[in-house]
Amino acid sequence: MTRIDKRFAALKAEGRKALVTFITAGDPTPGVSAEILAHLPKAGADVIELGMPFSDPMADGPAIQLSSQRALGQGMNLQKTLDMVAEFRKSDGDTPIVLMGYYNPIYIYGTERFIKAALEAGVDGLIVVDLPPEEDGEFCVPAVEAGLNFIRLTTPTTDNQRLPAVVKNTSGFVYFVSIAGITGTASADADVVAGHVNRIRQATDLPIAVGFGIKSPEDAAKFASISDGAVVGSAIVNTIAQHVDDQGQPDAALVPEVLNFVQSLSQGVRSAQ
Amino acid sequence: MNQVNSYRTGPDENGHFGIFGGRYVAETLMPLILAVEKAYNAAKADPSFQRDFDYYSKHYVGRPSPLYFAEGLTRYFGGAKLYLKRDELNHTGAHKINNTLGQILLARRMGKKRIIAETGAGQHGVATATVCALFKMECVVYMGATDIERQAPNVFRMKMLGAKVVPVTAGNGTLKDAMNEALREWVARVEDTFYIIGTAAGPHPYPAMVRDFQSVIGEEAKEQIMEAEGRLPDTLVACIGGGSNAMGLFHPFLDDKVDIIGVEAGGHGLDGDEHCASLTGGRPGVLHGNRTYLLQDADGQILEGHSISAGLDYPGIGPEHSWLHEIGRVNYVYVTDDEALEAFQLCCREEGIIPALEPSHALAHVTKIAPTLPEDHIIIMNMCGRGDKDIFSVGRALGINMNEF
Repeated sequence: MTRIDKRFAALKAEGRKALVTFITAGDPTPGVSAEILAHLPKAGADVIELGMPFSDPMADGPAIQLSSQRALGQGMNLQKTLDMVAEFRKSDGDTPIVLMGYYNPIYIYGTERFIKAALEAGVDGLIVVDLPPEEDGEFCVPAVEAGLNFIRLTTPTTDNQRLPAVVKNTSGFVYFVSIAGITGTASADADVVAGHVNRIRQATDLPIAVGFGIKSPEDAAKFASISDGAVVGSAIVNTIAQHVDDQGQPDAALVPEVLNFVQSLSQGVRSAQ
Repeated sequence: MNQVNSYRTGPDENGHFGIFGGRYVAETLMPLILAVEKAYNAAKADPSFQRDFDYYSKHYVGRPSPLYFAEGLTRYFGGAKLYLKRDELNHTGAHKINNTLGQILLARRMGKKRIIAETGAGQHGVATATVCALFKMECVVYMGATDIERQAPNVFRMKMLGAKVVPVTAGNGTLKDAMNEALREWVARVEDTFYIIGTAAGPHPYPAMVRDFQSVIGEEAKEQIMEAEGRLPDTLVACIGGGSNAMGLFHPFLDDKVDIIGVEAGGHGLDGDEHCASLTGGRPGVLHGNRTYLLQDADGQILEGHSISAGLDYPGIGPEHSWLHEIGRVNYVYVTDDEALEAFQLCCREEGIIPALEPSHALAHVTKIAPTLPEDHIIIMNMCGRGDKDIFSVGRALGINMNEF
């Protein structure tokens, strides 16, 4: 069992839903980002998605695009992202960490080398946005065999015919993208999402987390209640952006404000039935 | 791998040319990509689709384009005999419309009502806006904000043709950012929208589909050279950004005994980052739905590249070119901005043809090899676009102030 499996099992036993939070590694600076990461569990994050910054994040909206640019502008790269996880693990052995990003930096790092380094750093799962099941052989399968969870996105356009192929090599949890669109834009209709979640339950026993367009504690509560967890990314990243000046320097309120917001999201999710 | 002794059988069923190509897109797009592939396979098997394509190619685009024996340049070189495939005489002034015509006919078959496209220099945007006007489809073109400034005449053309031009400010506001944005838009409007990609790149089936539509160039050239010379050419030369005009000329000749040369944009030279030579100066990576050669840094972050020609200003290249490069069937070289500018002026002077800056790169390479070759050596070069759009860039580069005439 990975930390992800254990965490979802524990939450289920407690009868509560998961808050999954996303930040981009190195945003707005490597130091501040590490500080946020270290405090996320206490603020109520049950699972942490850590973005691997990329120059061309094709599935992301403006908020996460800009966060990637801020991080890259501060010299963030894949090795430093892995180092950040290793540092986090020194003080937290339980909170699952999922690295999320695009394939090219991993491909250039070397897939075998990356899998080994990720396991050593204490990474539990991976979301690689632009690696569909059609391309599973080269990275997904070796990563899963090495003991990492591979979390796949399913979307409103993933029909029932395609669903089995999509969940086949998925582990940890299934991430349901609530809208046909990019991160941080439109919000979905909860009834429609509930229908999709039930549809996915027919294809897998894995926990299902819902993300894209979840902006507030109320949204988080609403979508967590019809699934096993809510993923919040752009709204957190936007809070970071509000506390960064034109030179990319954070102000003193950034870390507490981000953690306050995560705390409020956590309360929302904890209120979900 | 291919069992057949041919360079023309790719891609495989998953869109791979060797290790290149593929379908590296987000799950939201996968069902669409598969639908496009299915529809395209059905269209290929339907004679009425080819009939429509041929009809509009002839009566609207103006095909076949001439294969012109370039007397002036041949005399100037004093070596090989040069033929120009005159795709710059197509409606809208470049080869781009061969592809937009094919794709919009497919979009119509699929019942789509709305077209999106990315554009760099604006040539593909204009070619897309043109066929959208012809077939009464809504047209939205994503264009980098930097490119909008550089290419105002093409922005105006697109607007006159009824297209909406959306400025993209993300990244550096150039072609790759426009492509990112078009992909994002496609994800958000999956039901009614068809994405007309402008070059032989992107997720499968685009590289193969765009190549097929552009192959009309090479098929015509083959017939025309047989008629003019009674034999195949010795050498083919074409410029490469994404590589669609080159793929269109090369593909029908891949199994023939013909030397093939692709010319990349060397910008200010390959010493620094100021070039767009993905094959000669980049390495394999994954971007925009395919594995191919890319300009990138040591961390796999994509670089912008530079070329005087906005149409070659793309950090990637079509995956089939990457494959042809690795197996050595096509020889890829580069020329610099300055060499292309020289060739641009030479072509105006010797042939009375104002070429686009893109084929000026191809011509710059021809000027290097033609004088060294015997008189019975035949070169076909793809004159893939005309230079009207480039007069401002060239004027600037030559230090000519057009307000002082």
